[in-house]
Formats: sequence, C-alpha cells, structure tokens
Amino acid sequence: MARKKIREYDSKRLLKAHIARLAGLQLPIAVAQVKEATNFAELVAANPWMNQTQLVVKPDCLFGKRGKHDLVGLKLDATGAQQFIQARMNKVVDMDGTVGRINTFIVEPFVAHAEEYYLCIQSGRLADTLSFSEFGGMEIEENWDKVRTVSIPTGAEPSSAPLAPLLSTLPLELRPTWRLSSRPRTRQAGGGGLRWAGEERCNSRLGTGFGCAVLVAVYLDLDFTLLEMNPFTLDQAGKPFPLDMRGELDDTAAFRSAKKWGDVEFPLPFGRTMTPQEARIHSLDEATGASLKLSILNPRGRIWTMVAGGGASVIYADTVADLGYAEELGNYAEYSGGPNTAETYQYARTLLDAATAYADGRGRALIVGGGIANFTDVAATFKGIIQAFREKQEAIKAARMKIFVRRGGPNYQAGLEMMRRLGDEIGVQIEVFGPEASMTGICQLAIDYVAQFDKNGR
Amino acid sequence: MLDFDFLCGRKTPSVAVIVQPGAAGGFQKLFFGQEEIAIPMVGSIAEAAEAFPKADVLVNFSSYRSAFESSMEALRQATIRVVAIIAEGVPERDAKAMIAYARDNNKIIIGPATVGGVQAGAFKIGDAAGTLDNILACKLYRPGSVGFVSKSGGMSNEMYNVIARAADGVYEGIAIGGDAFPGSTLSDHCLRYQNIPQIKMIVVLGEIGGQDEYSLVEALKAGRITKPVVAWARQAAVVGTCAKLFKSEVQFGHAGAKSGGDEERASPAKNAALSAAGAIVPGSFEELEGTIRKVYLELREQGLIQPVAEVAPPTVPMDLSQAKKEGKVRAPTHIVSSICDDRGEEPTYAGVTMSELMEADANVGDAIGLLWFKRRLPRYATKFIEMCVVLCADHGPCVSGAHNTIVTARAGKDLISCLVSGLLTIGPRFGGAIDDAARYFKQACDQGQEADEFVEGMKRRGIRVPGIGHRIKSKDNRDKRVELLQRYARKHFPSTRYLDYAITVEEYTLQKAANLVLNVDGCIGALFLDLLNSVGMFSPAEVQEVVDIGYLNGLFVLARSIGFIGHALDQKRLQQPLFRYPWDEVLYTK
Repeated sequence: MARKKIREYDSKRLLKAHIARLAGLQLPIAVAQVKEATNFAELVAANPWMNQTQLVVKPDCLFGKRGKHDLVGLKLDATGAQQFIQARMNKVVDMDGTVGRINTFIVEPFVAHAEEYYLCIQSGRLADTLSFSEFGGMEIEENWDKVRTVSIPTGAEPSSAPLAPLLSTLPLELRPTWRLSSRPRTRQAGGGGLRWAGEERCNSRLGTGFGCAVLVAVYLDLDFTLLEMNPFTLDQAGKPFPLDMRGELDDTAAFRSAKKWGDVEFPLPFGRTMTPQEARIHSLDEATGASLKLSILNPRGRIWTMVAGGGASVIYADTVADLGYAEELGNYAEYSGGPNTAETYQYARTLLDAATAYADGRGRALIVGGGIANFTDVAATFKGIIQAFREKQEAIKAARMKIFVRRGGPNYQAGLEMMRRLGDEIGVQIEVFGPEASMTGICQLAIDYVAQFDKNGR
Repeated sequence: MLDFDFLCGRKTPSVAVIVQPGAAGGFQKLFFGQEEIAIPMVGSIAEAAEAFPKADVLVNFSSYRSAFESSMEALRQATIRVVAIIAEGVPERDAKAMIAYARDNNKIIIGPATVGGVQAGAFKIGDAAGTLDNILACKLYRPGSVGFVSKSGGMSNEMYNVIARAADGVYEGIAIGGDAFPGSTLSDHCLRYQNIPQIKMIVVLGEIGGQDEYSLVEALKAGRITKPVVAWARQAAVVGTCAKLFKSEVQFGHAGAKSGGDEERASPAKNAALSAAGAIVPGSFEELEGTIRKVYLELREQGLIQPVAEVAPPTVPMDLSQAKKEGKVRAPTHIVSSICDDRGEEPTYAGVTMSELMEADANVGDAIGLLWFKRRLPRYATKFIEMCVVLCADHGPCVSGAHNTIVTARAGKDLISCLVSGLLTIGPRFGGAIDDAARYFKQACDQGQEADEFVEGMKRRGIRVPGIGHRIKSKDNRDKRVELLQRYARKHFPSTRYLDYAITVEEYTLQKAANLVLNVDGCIGALFLDLLNSVGMFSPAEVQEVVDIGYLNGLFVLARSIGFIGHALDQKRLQQPLFRYPWDEVLYTK
C-alpha cells in the first residue's frame, strides 16, 4: 500500500549502512533504539559509544517539535539517558491535539554544532525534488522562503548544473563541495531507477565525502519516497551528521528491498491506537491478498458501513456526511480485491462486534453497500457476511440494527436472494437492492431509520 | 474480452496474441461467440510485436513482481502504443520510470492497479465492465457520447450504469488506477476525449488525495478542454466534517487516497476548484446522475447529440458451467464412479477417509477390499489378501512376463514400458489360472459334482483342470506356499468348503500322476471362494459376479507388478545391454 513512515532510528540506520555500501562513505551516525522491553545494560554493551560520549535522547514516535515539548534530553551520560527515558516511557502526550503514548526512544551521540542545514528529497510524479536551506532546524517553517528546490527528473543523471541554485547562497568555503560529480564513479541501471554514487573531489568542510548525488542514490536504491534531514550539521571532522531525520519507504517494493531494509518497522501514525476490532482486521488484511480495512470513527455511532470497493467506500462515507449525519457515522470500512468467503466472514463478524457494542435502544443501521463489481463474486462474499449475521443475530437484534444492502456484479442475484431469505430466517430487518437502485440511495434509508428513534423514541 | 468483441459485432477478435513467458508457441482455444477459435501464443513480447505488428495495445496481467520489466519491454516495442497494467502493488519508483519512458516516447500507460477500461462497441480491457449482463445493461456494445474517466475500477462500472441511464452511454471509459502516480492521469484522458469528435461530454470521478484533479482544473482554465465536464471529486467528507474523529491520518481504500497531507486534505476545495474552472459539479454524489442527465439533455436540445440508433446485440451463448450453476441446462455426466470420492476435504475409498485408514493401520488388503469389493473386510481377510500379493509378487526371471520385462528394460525403455510389456503376457497361459480355478471349482462344487466326475468331464471337453499340476512339485514334495495358505485359512476362515473340494480333486488327480498337485493358483482361487462365501458380506449372486468379472486375475496382475518393476529396475541398475538371441538358439526352418 505504498508510502509508509518509518522511525528516525531506521532512517538513520539505513542511511549509514547504505551510503557505506553504495559509496564507501562512513558517516559518523550512531543510533540505538529503546522500547519498553529493551534491556538497557545490554544495549550499552552492544553500543560502546553510549559510554564514550555525551548522548541525546528523543522519543521516536513519528512526531516532530519534540524540543518544544521538553522531550529531548541533551548531553546525558548513559545513566542519565536511561533515567530520562524511564521518566517518559509510556507517557501520554498531547502533540498539537494528537494524543498518544510514547513507547519508543532514539539515543544518539551529542554533536555540538553551529550550522543547521535543511535537506529533503521527495518523490513526485515526474521528478524527485531536492530541497536545501542553510537555515534549517526548528524554525524552518518561518524561513521557508530561504529553501531552494530543484527537480531531478526521473531517470536523469545527476549533474552539478541543476543543483547549482541550491548552493548559490552558501558561504564560499562550503560551496564547491555541493557540486555533484558529473562523472559517476559507479553507475548501474537497476530496479526502475538509476543508481549512482561517487563524490571524488571533496575539498572543503561540508563536502567531506558527502554529496547530494550519493544521498539521492541511497534514496532511490532503498525505495524511499521521502528522506528529510532537518537539520543536519557537520561534526568536528567536518562530516555531515543528521540531527533529525524523517523517512518514508514505499512498502510495495518490499519484495525486492526488504532484505536491504532489514528489520524495519512501519509503525502506526502517532496517536493512532487500534481498537481490538481494528487490530483484528489489520492483521487479517496483512495476511491476505485482498484488501480489508476498518477504522472506527465513533464507537457509539449509529450508522455503520461495510462497503465493497476502495472507491465506493469513500463515497458512502461522504454521502452519510453530506446528509448531515457525519457525527453518527460509526466507521469507515472497505473490503475489496476478491476476498474469499472465510475472509468476509471474519471481517463481518469483527465489524458487527464493534457496531453492536453500545446498544442503547435507539437503533442502528448497517449499510452493506457496494458498486457493481467487475469480477468479485458477490454471492461468495455475501456468503461469509451472512454467516456472520447468523452468528451475531442476537447482538444485531439487541442493538435494534436494521441492515441495508445494495450491490451488483457477478452472481449478484444469488447473493441478494440469500440476503432476503436471511432476513426472514433470523428475524432481522434487511432491505435489499440491486444495480437498478442508485448506489447511495440506502444512505438516506439508513438515516431515516435511525432518525425515527430520535423523533418517536422507537 | 472475446465475448465483448462478439457482442460488439466484431468480425475478428481484438486479441491478436497471448504472451505466455516461456511458451514455445502453440495456441489457446477460446470461445468467440458460438465457435471456438485458436489464439496464438508466444513466449515473449518482442516475438509478439514482431509477429503481430498491427496489435498496438498490450494488456499486462503479470504480477506486481514482474509488471515493471514486462511493461518496459512492451513500451520499447515500436509497434505498441498503449500498455495497460492490471497489477496492484507496483513500486512507486518503477511506476515513475515507466511514466518517464512513456512521456519521452509518446506512449500511453493505463494503470497500474486498474481494471482497465472500455471503448464501447470496440474494445474492452480484461475484467473491465464486469459481466455480460452488466455490459448489456450499460449498452457498452455500441458507442454513446460520453467520455468517462475515474480512478476507481469498481466505481467505473457503477458509472457506466449511471451514464447509460442518464445519457446515451459511454463512448469510452478508463479507470486510471488507485496508485499515487498513475501512468496516465484524469486530465490526460480528458484531453484525449476533447479530441475525439464522437465524445460530446466528459464525466470525471476524482478522489481525495493526489494533485491530479488540479491539472484538470488547469486544463479547463486554459481552455484546453471546451466540452462540458461533469466532475465529482470524492472528498471523504469524514475527513472534513469529522475531522475531530480523525486525529491522525487514515489510509483510504486506494493507495493514492490518503488524508492527512496538508494540501491534499482539502478535497471539498477540489470540487470548488473544479467548479470555478468551469466544470459542472453536483452537490453530492447522489445528485451526479441527475446532473449528467441535465447536461446530456441540453446537448440533445442544442442538436449537438443525435440519438444513437439502438442496435440489438447478438446473444452470447452462456458458458456451460455458468448455465449449469444457474440451473438453466443439464448435461449428462460422462463417467460414473462408485468406489471413491476426491471432492471433499480428504479423499475417501468407498466412503472411508484416508485418515481413518491410517489410524486403523490399514494394509494393501484394506485398500483392495474397499476399491475392488467396496467392503471394509475384516482383518483376517485383508491379511489373507496381503499374503496372496506377497506370494504372487514374483516367480523368477524365466517366466514369460518377467522375461518380457527384462528384454524391454535392456532395450532402454522406460519403467512403465517395461512393466506393461510384462503385464501384457498375463492371460490364459500365464498367470490367469486363479480366476479359472475359482470359476471351475465353484461351478463343480455348487453343482455337487464328485471330484472324479468333474475331472473326467473337463478331460472330455479337452480342458486341463486349472489350479492343478506343477512342473516340479509333487505328492511327496508339496508346495510350501500352498501349505502355508491352507494352514492360515483353516485357522481363520469360518468355512473352507471350496478348499476341501479342491483337495478331493487333487486326491483324484494325484492318482493319475504324482505332479498333479493343487498349485498355488488353485489354492488361492479356492480359498477366495471360501473367503467371499464365509465372510458374511456377499450374497451368492455377488460372489458369482466376482468370479465372472475376473477380480482374481487382478490380484495376480497387482502382485506380479511388484516383481516386474523389480526386474526392470534390476536390469537398469546392472546396465544390461540390448538383448538379442544368438542365431544358434533359434530354429530356422521352412
């Protein structure tokens, strides 16, 4: 499913390992990761630098602005770092409205510095863009006008010309080194992009073995879609050192890049904890070639959706919102890619658990929607959903849930007929529509059903 | 795709050739209407392009692992203009490399992660437009006046229905695919539609996330698209209206649809921007159909659209499997089987599952009992059958079957040929005696014939008594095997009536010559009759059937196969050369 954020620890680990592999450059990066289960003594033993230098400690949970929230420990020794982490592990913090628990920390050497540079490579449709500023750091937003950006068209060889604007305002003693080598030392076509490496003439501070071309090479080779260092600086030997780093990998490239990535983690966005039902669907989704998605929006919502198709599912959610019932929308749900009967059964019963959890006598509506399928066997997918309805019929009745079905596609007549018969069989109200009805018509019906409880109390 | 072609009245199929990597040519047999046609198959895209230079579209069904390489190979062919990529999960870097190549070389990519598209009345990609029923309902067998493009494949099918209801149907519909960077964009196709005279209006279904809709806005603003555009960007109002509930980002169904990015979040703005640029944007998705109808009717009124002449498409015959599934036809079965069933979770022999057999420590006799006799025979019986198999497994290299096997093996033939050449000698003179012995003993014993009467009767008819006589064994040098079988039967069988009868026959024949003993064939034949009669599971008619059909020769064939295979393997192991009789071992005569 495309771009996934990775932890700062992984970004730095990958940069260090692969810039060495691709260009033979040894960056002064050292990183260690601390989670709740980490044995700190063992970690220090495996990373002797932790006892040899002053340390920086930060949460590594995919959010920024940590310094502004007293979450960065500076110039600590190993014991100090451990205490700093212990005091903050599992702490719930509010980062500009997003509330979450801190569960991962990154530990690095402290590097005293004056310069803070900004550098970012980002994937675009026709080109990757490389942005640079010598005014990086926390105030980058305020200094956005000083950020200069160049495009590197897909497949283009790096050359100094397009990158020149990036460097024009640099102090003279730094400038020459930002020139990209126009004669790549090694170049291989592979994967779908070019791979190149090499910065042969490094004749000043910033350029000590470091160039944008090398960075771009790592970015391409590892299937990064975003690689940002804000800021990076130079250590005492003049080697570039990223103080803060963000990365995103294209996880669809896992089949060829997973080995290079090593044990990389794709954490959930910060603050996004999964309900048990969401977690179950998430693991179901990981295990199948089909797509199964569930996000609970409002656990006490009264309108729930279970929609086939990535496109249709958004339209159903939209329509309920357009009709003024966004607050009552319990979830966003999508199944597609031809899940089998067993998968739709597991999916539906999990969703029903969530949808019927807070029965309050005021009725619930479940929208089993979908467009007209191209190749998904409607009867086969409905078979699993029906099995779940049958199993959960008592909960459905207790929640006074009415079910609205709309679907078309291969074998839809049989699927719809099964749904109709089920309603009679288990004594649950099920209204069924086929492709002759408009796709989102059942949204209004669902709303009317729950609204009558507000008006009439029944 | 071929059914669609037929429905459109195409005289030739749209599919010129199927590329099956590794295929060394050949054909694939497929239906085209009522008839079957052979579509050629080749092993590579380059071969396909060379052999079929007029085929300018490649529909790539390969997986996400190989979609990039195969698509690039297709794009490099001078004759291929369009590549549609169905696979979902093509890495972004690969997609971008293809986009760059296509731009530089003036090619069109549809997808990845798409169901494809359809040009009504002309051509359909893969599964696009769904079932035949749906194609008929959407009138896709003849061109309409609407150009349609969306991200979603599922929704495109829905929209073909909507457009057929609200207007005169689509002229062309493309689903560009759900990836962040589709090979061709919404605006690419809108610009193409602008240049197709038959397309009078354009319908676009966009999506939250991505910047694609904005390039459409630019094209509208710049006046590059002048045809009426009805557009709706799915906005995931949940993001806007329920922003409170979406504290962190949510990935929606399509990879390209992600909420949370700052500039991508404001999809209501997308609709507004489209509207401001001159697109006709309905108030909600529910209103989309009405809006399309309104625009269509206006164009009709202005005389810009002439009513389409409706044509009755030919009926595509239903596939047998589908018709059967729907209960519309019945077809006779071709064969009938009553001994086993492999359709369930585990195969069964006469209703007994494999696991039951394994748990019961079943032997070859059990398998024979179930598959030949359709009975779960008692242990003593299956053990007896197994003893027979063991005893008959081999009788030396000189017998005709083993000899044949050896000669065949030495001629360098494969194992099956060696085995079969041995088996083919089994018959009335070699190995076929068990059945005959059982048959004659049964007849005589059942009729109550005395032994002398039976033997003399056979003699008068010129038939040697089967099961009697041995080349070496004699009255004083009994066949050990016969003794062992007899001992086992007398101990375990409820009755040994036929064996007893066979022994009275032997007693009589031994008076004629010392070597006219009951041999192992005769013993097995008689004991099998005893087994079937006394085990209490077969009616007299069923026993007669066993004898008539000739089950017992099967026992010999099965058993001796073990020996023949042994001989064949032995010869191969010993690397024996081709066998040829020396001249002096043949009598040449006139």
